[in-house]
Amino acid sequence: MRHLLSIDDLERSDLDELLDLGESFLAVTRRDIPKVPALRGKTVVSLFYEDSTRTRLSFETAAKRLSADTMAFSVSGSSVAKGESLRDTVQTIEAMGVDAVVVRHPSAGAPHRVATWIDAAVVNAGDGRHEHPTQALLDALTLRRHRGIGLDGARVAIIGDARHSRVARSTAKAFAALGAEVTLVGPPTLLPESLIGWPVATTGDFDELLPSLDVVYLLRIQHERQDATLFPSLREYTTRYGLTVERAARLKPDTLIMHPGPMNRGVEIAAELAEGPGSVITEQVANGVAVRMAVLYQLLGTGAPVA
Amino acid sequence: MSAPDAAQPNPQDPATREGGRFVFRARVFSPEDLRRAHTRIAHEIVERNHGAEQLVLVGLYTRGVAIARRLGEVIAGFEGLEVAVGSLDVAFYRDDIGLRPVQPLGTTEVPVDVGGRTVVLVDDVLFTGRTVRAALDALTELGRPRAVQLAVLVDRGHRELPIRADFVGKNLPTKRAEDVRVRLAEVDGTEDGIELWGPADPAGEEEA
Repeated sequence: MRHLLSIDDLERSDLDELLDLGESFLAVTRRDIPKVPALRGKTVVSLFYEDSTRTRLSFETAAKRLSADTMAFSVSGSSVAKGESLRDTVQTIEAMGVDAVVVRHPSAGAPHRVATWIDAAVVNAGDGRHEHPTQALLDALTLRRHRGIGLDGARVAIIGDARHSRVARSTAKAFAALGAEVTLVGPPTLLPESLIGWPVATTGDFDELLPSLDVVYLLRIQHERQDATLFPSLREYTTRYGLTVERAARLKPDTLIMHPGPMNRGVEIAAELAEGPGSVITEQVANGVAVRMAVLYQLLGTGAPVA
Repeated sequence: MSAPDAAQPNPQDPATREGGRFVFRARVFSPEDLRRAHTRIAHEIVERNHGAEQLVLVGLYTRGVAIARRLGEVIAGFEGLEVAVGSLDVAFYRDDIGLRPVQPLGTTEVPVDVGGRTVVLVDDVLFTGRTVRAALDALTELGRPRAVQLAVLVDRGHRELPIRADFVGKNLPTKRAEDVRVRLAEVDGTEDGIELWGPADPAGEEEA
């Protein structure tokens, strides 16, 4: 593996290998000294052109637990504010001698472009509405830890704004590649215009699906990406598509509730369900560090390009 | 070997082997030999440490773990007490990360606090010593043992680091290009034994 840009770059065997490695690193992160010397002397830079707290912290923690050095580059207070182009910024960073660049950018495809400019490994940490592959991997690891290695036949509903969601695209592809049956749920205005490249079914009727679901994956309603009003009101959204206490009561007792965060409590998920028995939302965060360790280790530590 | 034990290609892995087939050369241990070696090493460990109360046997993946369990059972049999047995994965501590694909082989699990105890690291074959070096680092992160000792079934020479074993099943002089294969029923699904293999075409084989 040279870069991690899209879930599409990963074969089923690559996915399994990364998730196995993620399990190993999860065991490391639970030790008293949750750190290994595997990537000593490597430098990982995070290059974030968009706000992020958890993804950025998660990558930074992952790199540090592998004993890599980390640098952070944020747009505010940097030369980007003075008009430097992405290409110049990236080449400047590379000239400092880095081994991996973790890129988040509001434009789809930006990490792919970065990968063509530099020799360092590039990890896509979210590009516009396109992909967020490490989120998909952490979701897959979380689900796998509850369901076993194969997700064969697991029935997953991804509810919300799939059209504007890179999380939905990456996670749906990863779940489907591992054998789950994925359905996107939402009003037509929030479902993808075209299902090309989406291995999913769609429906507007959340209530009908409830009793059959193994996983309820709630997307955040993204105020910042909505250029037009795509549904009448938050209250109406919650009424039809929110995971309310009443809806949760119709789920199977072992249905898992997932959310990529940050949550709008009371909108897509009822406040008390986030900490309820089926919720694995905090596990997702912990698993995020472990899969990002796995990704960085595969990119920088194996010495043998696989893809 | 618990992990491919060298800074060079692992001869057991055809994908990384440089040219040529490996062929069987000699049987070094029969199942009975292996059993006797286990028994003797188990007694030596207990004798050297004046008992087994403060011992932890820590096997290195893959076969070291199985051997540590066997030694634990033997000791339990004659001392009448349970010996703590753990497993150690050293992948992330190796010094050849980045030179070849290094993947974890199992989960580190040591059931007791190693602090203040005597840890006996257990592996099947001692070769360059690099796996043991990595194991010492990995062990450090679990605590500060009173002492660390090393037990191996075969010492085949060619050390690249100042490491020696405290308990040895057999000293086996080998050529570098040869391969010592330890078979354990619970790992390999075959009869127990130790075999010496070597390149089918010994032309490029350097002398030991």
